[in-house]
Amino acid sequence: MTIESQLGEYQGYLLRFARLQLRNDAWAEDAVSETILAALSKPQSFANKSQLKTWLVGILKHKVIDILRQRQREVSFQDDEGDGSEELDAMMFKADGHYASPPADWGDPEQELNSRQFFAVLEACAEKLPAAMGRIFLMREWLELPSEEICKELKLTPTNLYVQLHRARLRLRECLELNWFGKRAAAS
Amino acid sequence: MILRRTCKEVTALLVAREDRQLPLVERLALRLHLAACRACPVFERQLSTMRSALQRWRHYSDE
Repeated sequence: MTIESQLGEYQGYLLRFARLQLRNDAWAEDAVSETILAALSKPQSFANKSQLKTWLVGILKHKVIDILRQRQREVSFQDDEGDGSEELDAMMFKADGHYASPPADWGDPEQELNSRQFFAVLEACAEKLPAAMGRIFLMREWLELPSEEICKELKLTPTNLYVQLHRARLRLRECLELNWFGKRAAAS
Repeated sequence: MILRRTCKEVTALLVAREDRQLPLVERLALRLHLAACRACPVFERQLSTMRSALQRWRHYSDE
């Protein structure tokens, strides 16, 4: 298999991650093109496919961080009032601080956490986060940047960062419950 | 009581703990509440499932 055709195979895959992180199709396509061009400039350096894929994801992450830096003004965070997080709290809890309905047991889903369908649901849930919140969450969970660096890149205060991560985690939990763990419990 | 927390407060602490270290008094309050509550440990396990799910997803992204 030539490197060109292997790269073609991974293009869609890389694009999914770039889009999820950047929340802008044109930027995501730029990041992926640059990644693929970088790979084409050193085709001899990949002994096997998995090495190529690991390398591509590594390069993509760098390109994505570069773009976040270049676009700092556009991606810098504005606190959007009324993003529905308070409603989420109100749904989960009664006024006295007790659960409206207790959290469901998700069981011990060792195997299914590796399934393609589960990752698809996880990605769809991450995509449903508001753009600014989603970027912050992905910087933490996909790029694995330390808090101080996320704050610096996005001109966030630590408090803002933690509030956004907090909301993102609650929403993700809710979304996974509705679209995966709850459904599975209903089916069994 | 200084260490008494509602379930709502405890879920907030559990989520916060994913991203930062909690002050000692909150860690104590959390431990006391979790030992006595049936629902919050379930929420705690959900978060831990999410944590390992995200870890695998990351791994799946670059393996």
